Amino acid sequence: MATAADFRICNHTGLKVYATTESLIKANAVAAVVSLAVGGLLGLLVALTRWPAVHLLPAETFYQVLTAHGTDVLLLWILFFEVAVLYFASSVLLGCRLAMPKVAWLAFILMVGGGILANIAILQGNSSVMFTSYPPMQADPNFYLGLIVFAVGALVAVFVFFGTLVVAKDEKTYQGSVPLVTFGAITAAIIAVFTIASGAVILIPTYFWSLGWLANIDTLVYKIVWWGMGHSSQQINVSAHVAVWYAIAALVLGAKPLSEKVSRAAFLLYILFLQLASAHHLLVEPGVSSEWKIFNTSYAMYLAVLGSMIHGMTVPGSIEAAQRRKGLNKGLFEWLRKAPWDNPAFSGMFMSLVMFGFLGGISGVVMGTEQINLIMHNTIYVPGHFHATVVTGTTLAFMAVTYLLIPLIFRRQIMMKKLAQWQPYLFGLGAMGISLFMMGAGTLGVPRRHWDITFADAAMSIDLPATAFLMMGLNGLSAILAAIGGVVFIIIVVASVFFGKKMEKDTVMWPKLANIKEEAAAVATYGSEEHAKIPGTVVLVAVFFVSFVLYYFINWKYLAEVWPLR
Amino acid sequence: MAIFPPKARVWWNEPVQKTELIWIAVAFVWGLVMFFTMIFWHSVGEQNLSNETYKISPEAFSAKVDAMIEQYQVGEEGDTGIPVVRPPADSDVYMLARLWEWYPVLELEKGRKYRLHLASLDWQHGFSLQPENINLQVHPNYEMVLTVEPTTAGVFSVVCNEFCGIGHHQMVGRIRVVENQ
Ligand code: HEM
Ligand SMILES: [Cu+2]
Ligand SMILES: [Cu+2]
Repeated sequence: MATAADFRICNHTGLKVYATTESLIKANAVAAVVSLAVGGLLGLLVALTRWPAVHLLPAETFYQVLTAHGTDVLLLWILFFEVAVLYFASSVLLGCRLAMPKVAWLAFILMVGGGILANIAILQGNSSVMFTSYPPMQADPNFYLGLIVFAVGALVAVFVFFGTLVVAKDEKTYQGSVPLVTFGAITAAIIAVFTIASGAVILIPTYFWSLGWLANIDTLVYKIVWWGMGHSSQQINVSAHVAVWYAIAALVLGAKPLSEKVSRAAFLLYILFLQLASAHHLLVEPGVSSEWKIFNTSYAMYLAVLGSMIHGMTVPGSIEAAQRRKGLNKGLFEWLRKAPWDNPAFSGMFMSLVMFGFLGGISGVVMGTEQINLIMHNTIYVPGHFHATVVTGTTLAFMAVTYLLIPLIFRRQIMMKKLAQWQPYLFGLGAMGISLFMMGAGTLGVPRRHWDITFADAAMSIDLPATAFLMMGLNGLSAILAAIGGVVFIIIVVASVFFGKKMEKDTVMWPKLANIKEEAAAVATYGSEEHAKIPGTVVLVAVFFVSFVLYYFINWKYLAEVWPLR
Repeated sequence: MAIFPPKARVWWNEPVQKTELIWIAVAFVWGLVMFFTMIFWHSVGEQNLSNETYKISPEAFSAKVDAMIEQYQVGEEGDTGIPVVRPPADSDVYMLARLWEWYPVLELEKGRKYRLHLASLDWQHGFSLQPENINLQVHPNYEMVLTVEPTTAGVFSVVCNEFCGIGHHQMVGRIRVVENQ
């Protein structure tokens, strides 16, 4: 049993923080940021190589670096950070001790060890197979082993999270249902169990195959199961960053959900439908039936998309309601104009919300349409799409919440505040650029994971349109901007964590928080926002919807122009 | 607030905003529209995958390609030594993928239909026809068959857009579409 001495009360939020939880959050967050620093730099090298006028790296290094980029950012950065979010959403928000701290440290060590092992395998040069590692292309056994160990570590961490929920319930540290943010984290964790199970089902046999214990792996079966992991892991990200949106809106603006019921039901849709939606990675594969593809991408995917569209209204809606409660009632958008745009937690969160929806969401649904996929599959449109989801969406949201984690959990003041105010914009704009320009280049036929679109050494000459080259150049420029934003982020984080002034009892919190402590005492902060008017949000959502519908049908028109085939 | 427990223990009973209800309805109906559009396109649209696929060994597929070349070769592509074949319209045509080429070069007649067979002899490859931008995944041991109808004459390139090792960016092929004489 934990004693009161193991806890401290945060004097900015009133939350009860358990010391061991704090250390684990710190450790995972640091590992995450290190992975982002390494992986992000590799991303810049990739983008500069794909800029035809620069063409930085030699071919072999390019494929090696691209494999490392995908692995380090998509797996390591995101998952380490998510573990930190899980511990925060359980132990800190519920004010209880962390279950099984030793096991939680074991999880951390497994993840670090697995991540390092996979990176060493890639560095040695025999594992340039991309993070998807489609057979029969084979990597060094240690590459698969590293991924498996990392995944086992993540799974253990997820169970520590579940254990902590049980502890909180047993020790009655909260009343009623868990908070919405915790609910979102539970969603992410449930999906994570399914995800990691799929990963084990496919990666363990693949590991045996690489050791020569298994004769062969069916290429199609591999892909179907692999995407059971690859796709649903993206849903973990979505659940986690949506939970982070709600958390930031609550901490910075005191926002309450419009309706607890609707927001929670939307998370439930993720659990019920998201993991089924793996077929959109297999839409132009041989041997997969149209019936299955349509069932899987519509029933399964659209109901999950429905969940995201709901959050797309309820998150800005809750912000609007909170702002109007404070009297920012003029016109449609005073609440938005007078939002704290100089608060990096807020600006990062809001850009993440908008770009995830407009760029990532719309492009994902369009590309995931059975027939439209024909004109996009494996072009660089695909990385364009997922940089919008996982970079402008997840990464930007996680960066934003880091500005709160440093003062609240690391208990250090943010250094270089002016720079910090600009950081989300630099990174957000750059990331938006890489998403848009890669998508643009993809519609012009530029292949993904490709070292030379001039085809200089190929047997036959191929001329992609000049606009495609222009897009890849603009992509390179945007990458530089995103990289600057990324470096600035790392510098601020490292400087603040190691050299920032300690947060004392009377230190004023920056970024500024809502008056949570006082408000928390009043019952009024609990529950849903009632009878809120959100006309501004309605307009934003309408603009989103019209863009969605137009872009969707424009792509059917593009499809109709290519050679008939059946 | 989203970081505190909800007011009611049973959150399912919390009130719902009317705007939210309307948006949920709109989004749900939009999902249905997108669902039926895919089905609709299967009956009306001209770009649908047949999903006709056979299991085949690399040797067997390679033999089919060679037989076609034997019968219908009309020349070579420049100085590459790669055969150019011109099978009759409405017939079966074959293209194989291997490290690192698309083989052979096909010459098709504009406005006629062909049953195109695609398979890999080794790793996975990505058939990406440019500038049409039609993209298909090609696997070893699976023979994918689709009926294509080239509607424009000209020289079309096949690029590989599935990473297939160090020669990936050199893996190209060609389809020539000629006016019917
Ligand atoms: C400075 C920031 C970044 C830049 C400039 C960047 C740029 C790129 C570029 C140019 C590609 C290669 C596309 C191709 O050739 O197929 C790529 C691939 C990728 N990026 Fe990033 N990226 C950045 C950050 C991130 C982050 C933060 C994530 C994940 C959270 C991410 C995830 C990925 C993944 C999964 C791939 C695919 C690798 C593969 O095809 O195997 N990137 N990135
Ligand atoms: Cu290839
Ligand atoms: Cu290739």
